[in-house]
Parts: sequence; C-alpha cells; structure tokens
Amino acid sequence: MPENTFLGPSLALSAILFSLGVAGVLLRRNAIVLFMCVELMLNAVNLAFIALAQFHGAGGQIMVLFVMTVAAAEAAVGLAIILAIFRHTQSVDLQNINLLRG
Amino acid sequence: MAAFVFYLFAAAAVLGAAMCVLQRNPVASAMWLMSTMFSLAAIFILLGAELIGILQVLVYVGAILVVFLFVIMLLNVARTSSDLRGPASLGATVVVAGLLVVELAALWQYTPRRLAADIAQAPAFADPARVFAAGAAARQATAAQGVVGALAAPLFQTYLVPFEVTSVLLLAAIIGAVVLAKRNI
Amino acid sequence: MKGFLLLSILKMLFVFTVIMVGVALLTLLERKVSAWMQNRHGPNRVGWAGLLQPAADGLKNILKEETYPALATRTLFFLAPAMSFIPALLLSAVIPFAAPLPLDFDFALGQLGRFAWHGAMPMVVADLPIGFLFVLAISSLGVYGVALAGWSSNSKYALLGGLRASAQMISYEVAMGMSLIPVLLLSGNVSFGAIIRDQQAGLWYVLPLFLSFFIFLVSGFAETNRLPFDLPEAESELIAGYHTEYSAMKFSFFFIAEYANVVTVCAMVTTLFFGGWDIPGHWDEQGGVLQTLATGGFFFLKLMFWIFVVMWVRWTLPRFRYDQLMALGWKVLTPLALAYIIVMCVAIYLIEHVAGLTDPTLRSLALFGVNVVIGLLVFGLLDSGVFIRGADRRPAASEVVG
Repeated sequence: MPENTFLGPSLALSAILFSLGVAGVLLRRNAIVLFMCVELMLNAVNLAFIALAQFHGAGGQIMVLFVMTVAAAEAAVGLAIILAIFRHTQSVDLQNINLLRG
Repeated sequence: MAAFVFYLFAAAAVLGAAMCVLQRNPVASAMWLMSTMFSLAAIFILLGAELIGILQVLVYVGAILVVFLFVIMLLNVARTSSDLRGPASLGATVVVAGLLVVELAALWQYTPRRLAADIAQAPAFADPARVFAAGAAARQATAAQGVVGALAAPLFQTYLVPFEVTSVLLLAAIIGAVVLAKRNI
Repeated sequence: MKGFLLLSILKMLFVFTVIMVGVALLTLLERKVSAWMQNRHGPNRVGWAGLLQPAADGLKNILKEETYPALATRTLFFLAPAMSFIPALLLSAVIPFAAPLPLDFDFALGQLGRFAWHGAMPMVVADLPIGFLFVLAISSLGVYGVALAGWSSNSKYALLGGLRASAQMISYEVAMGMSLIPVLLLSGNVSFGAIIRDQQAGLWYVLPLFLSFFIFLVSGFAETNRLPFDLPEAESELIAGYHTEYSAMKFSFFFIAEYANVVTVCAMVTTLFFGGWDIPGHWDEQGGVLQTLATGGFFFLKLMFWIFVVMWVRWTLPRFRYDQLMALGWKVLTPLALAYIIVMCVAIYLIEHVAGLTDPTLRSLALFGVNVVIGLLVFGLLDSGVFIRGADRRPAASEVVG
C-alpha cells in the first residue's frame, strides 16, 4: 500500500465535480452545454472508480475504460440528435423543444 | 510533494468545472471542460492508473471534446444574453447541490482504515493491507508486467464478454450517428 | 531524488534549446533544399550562406505589428497559436536521442541539499512507461489549435480552412494509431526504451513491418499538413486557410509548431522503425560516454535523413484534392491498417508458437518474407487506379471525331 492513497480527498473531489455537473444540467438551457455537464458527471464518477481501484484491484480501472467507451458512443449519438433537432427548429435552446408537451 | 501536486490539480479541476458551468460562450465552456479533463488525467496518473490517465487525454480530450467543438462551430451557436433557467430550476439546484455538499463533508475524512473497518466490520481486522488484497495484487501485476500488461489480463479474461459487447455498441453508435446526421437518407 | 531533478532540468534545457534552434534552422533548410532542387541558390545574403536568415525572419516577426480582426474573439484568437505550439514541443520530451549514459556522482551543495545519481541515465527528458500512447494523445491535441484558429478569426475562408484541416487531421490520426499496433505486437511494450532495445537485439522494425511503416509515413505527412496533403494551408487555396488572419509572432508560432511536428514525426519514424539510436552491428554495446555520443550522433543523422526526405517529397509531388485526401484516409489506409493488424497477429502467432522461432533476427526475417508477399499484393492493387482516380483522361486523338 503506498503511503498516501488520497482516498478521502479524491472522493470529495469526485463529489464536488458531480454536484457541479448536476447544477449545470439543472441550470443551463443550451443543449450542447448540458451535454458537456453530463460528461463532467461521468468524469467525476471515473475519478471515484480510480480512487477505489487502488484498494479493490484492476476491476475499477477496467470499469473506467468501459465508462469512457460508452461516453464516447453516447456523445456521438447525442450530438447527432442535437444536429438533427437543430435542422428542424433552428435552435438548441431547450425551451423551444416542446412538441410533446401536453 | 505528492500532496501539493494533488491539491494543485484538484483546484484546477474544480475551477475548470465551475467555469464550464457558468460561461455563456459554449466554446469557452468546452475549453474549461478540457482543462478539467487534463487535471483529472494528472490525478489519475498520481493515483497509479497511468494507462487510464493517458487514455483520458487520448479519448476524452483528443476525440470527444473535438466532436463537441465541431458541433458548436458547425451550428454556430452564438453566445446568448442569459442561458439560465428560471427560479424553479435555481431552487432545485440549491437543494440537490446542498445535499451533495453534505455528502462531500462526510467523505472528506474517509481514510483507508475506516473503509477497511467498514468492510471488515470488526476493528481488529481494520488493517488496509490485509483487507485489500486485490489492490496489492494489482500493484504487483503492474510491477511485473508493466502498465498495459496489468490491465490486459483482466480485460481479456475476466471481462471479455463486456469488451465484445462494447465493440458492438460502438458499431451501433457509429451507424446511428451517421444516419441521424445525414441530410437525406 | 534531487539528483534526478537536477539531471531532468539539464536534459530539458538541452532538448528545448536543440529543438528551438533546430526548428529555426529547418526553415532555412527547407528553402535551401527547394532551391537546390529548382537549380537556384536560395537565401545566401544574410550571414554566411544564409545561416542568419532564420534570425532575420524571427526579428522581423517580433517587430511586426500584431493585428487581430475587429470581430474576432480575443481570448481564443490568442489561445489558438499556443494550443498548436505547446503540444508540438511537448512531444519532443519522450523521444530517446542516445543510449543511456552511466553517471556516478554524489555531492552536497550547502543549503540546497545532496545531489546523487548512480547508474545509467536514460537520455530522454521523460522516460514514460506509456511512451507512444503519450505521443498519440498529445498529437491529437494539435487539432484544437487549427480548429480554434479557424473559428476565432471570424472569417469565412479561415473557418472553412480550419474545418478542412482539422477534419483531415482527425481522419489520419486513426490510420496512424492503428498502423502502430503491429509495433506494439512485435515489441510487447509501449515504452520507447523497450522498443529500441528490441530493435537492437534483432532487425530494425522497418523490415518485418514494412507496410506499417508506409502507412505511418503517409499518415505522418497528412497529420503535419505537409505536401502532398497541404490543401488547408496552401497559398492558392482558400487564401491561406486557418492562419489567414494571423500576422507576426502568432503566425510564426504556427510555423514553428508545424516544423516541430515534422521533427517529431521524423523522430517517431526513426525510433519506431529504424532503431532510434541503435547503430547496426553489435560492436557498440559496452556502455560508456563513447557509446552515448556515437549513438546520439547516429540518431541525429537518421533524423536529418528523414527530414530531408520530407522536404524532398514536398518539392516533388503535386497536391491531393480534398476528396481524394479523405478517400485515401478512410477508404484505403484505415482498412489496410486494420487488415494488417489481423494478418500480423496471425503471422506472429504462427512464427513464434507454431514454428517456434523466438530469436528476434529470425523472427524479423520471417515477417519480412510475409511483408514482401503482402506488399506486392497491396501496391499492385493500389497502383491500378481503382481507389484514387486522377483527373479524367483526355480522349485520344483517334477517338476524337475530326
């Protein structure tokens, strides 16, 4: 065991970044910036996995690998959807995307 | 020395995240997110996950953020006067963020010894080196087979099925993105 | 610990100085080589044989007025050259340029403490265990400088040039990364030191991995925006592409970044395929200062040869059209690199485990044979004009109805 594994501070940093990501998702109206805040949340979770992988073995790092891969796939598809919506409504403001509102 | 480096990059990460959330210009948001991801990559390397750290730069900064930047530039999303939602959202944010800050205060003092004690549920066995044998084994594998070799064995043996499923997922994502973004199919 | 710090600082100063002076002299070398090929003299007024020309150019750029377009985003406009320049220089930190130097010192400097080092010092600024992944990661950051430069200039030509250049760079990054995987398969390690040691023990990797070398070289040309792939920055296309609105020092940052990238790509080719600092033959393996100096000089010679080849190609070949460029990257190089990985996996498995040839030289010779066969097939197919079509042929005289 290395003498300082930074467990507490890493988890705290992960919590701060995650809460900033959640705040961004709740506060912003621009769809692309919203997406970036979702990526921020995923990064915070990656940090938590890596911090605990020092104790629980390589499974944590492999999980981070999969999270990164899925985030890449999600970013590609999500941005393609935003592009398609932009062609339809000429804006990325979330308030204008309300066709399903009852 | 290691503590100084950690807190430096942690501060940079928090600053980058805060600026990403608060900037009005989407390109500036993307640049601040890039600085957060770099700081996180440095922290990953400090925590002993060198391969994941460099893959964070290669995949997140080098590919995903480039896609974000391209979409922002192609859609020509200009800076707006105010991007924030109404008071209801602000209230929800305060509540959620407040809960998370409480969680943060609880996590700050979490040491490996306490983690071991919670898992072993007996103070007598709260020796981190004994409870976390898997971590020690991972460190030995890194010393013996190098940074890449230590991850390769679990990835291609224990986690082979998720690996193959992920490759199919990536194929589906590529096809989906191309179809969704075409003008006329 | 402090000895390591002191040695690292010395190495950093050395490499930084050599790179900056080298890049400046490369601008002169380019003009001299082009002059030699075009049967003229090149710059020879400033200093002896024009050697002070880069200094004069640098002085001119420092003294010129810094302009910026009225409606450009100021912060990003200033940030873009830096984002192009910093990754280019960062890459020179991981290339080993000489054999490890055995050092042995132990002294104390009063207040500063004790500096000690015993053993061989690797002649790299940063001997990373993740060597060439670092190079791939940092070279993919070059896209930001180009894309931001195009966007923040607030000009149609700059934006189009920036988008074209960045699309080209990300397309060829894929082929570049995939073409390096057979190197990893052969050497079993991602760190440059281990790759060079493996080439020292056997044959240089250009022989067993010739197609990999070819794909990497072509992708390297495309990544650094050099002819025949320099459509985004050619003078007659889109004014000057993404650096239309840049002048003076910011422009020279882009220029320095381009030449530093050329040096890095040539250094990668030398290290991964031509043995790095290895001198062929086994007479040089006893360690010592002499070996370090000899291998350093030999690395420099190989590097200069490849830089000359890059410049030679620039002044010889015509430019690709943009759609031909993208077709080459996606439809030819990427599938070829993928297929090559599979073929190499099978070949290495058969050679090492079925035929039992584990001696590095014999293994490399066997793979060279495989490569000759594949190479004849691939180059024969590529040359038939199926994938990249040139301009349409004029009708022959007999076909024209007179």
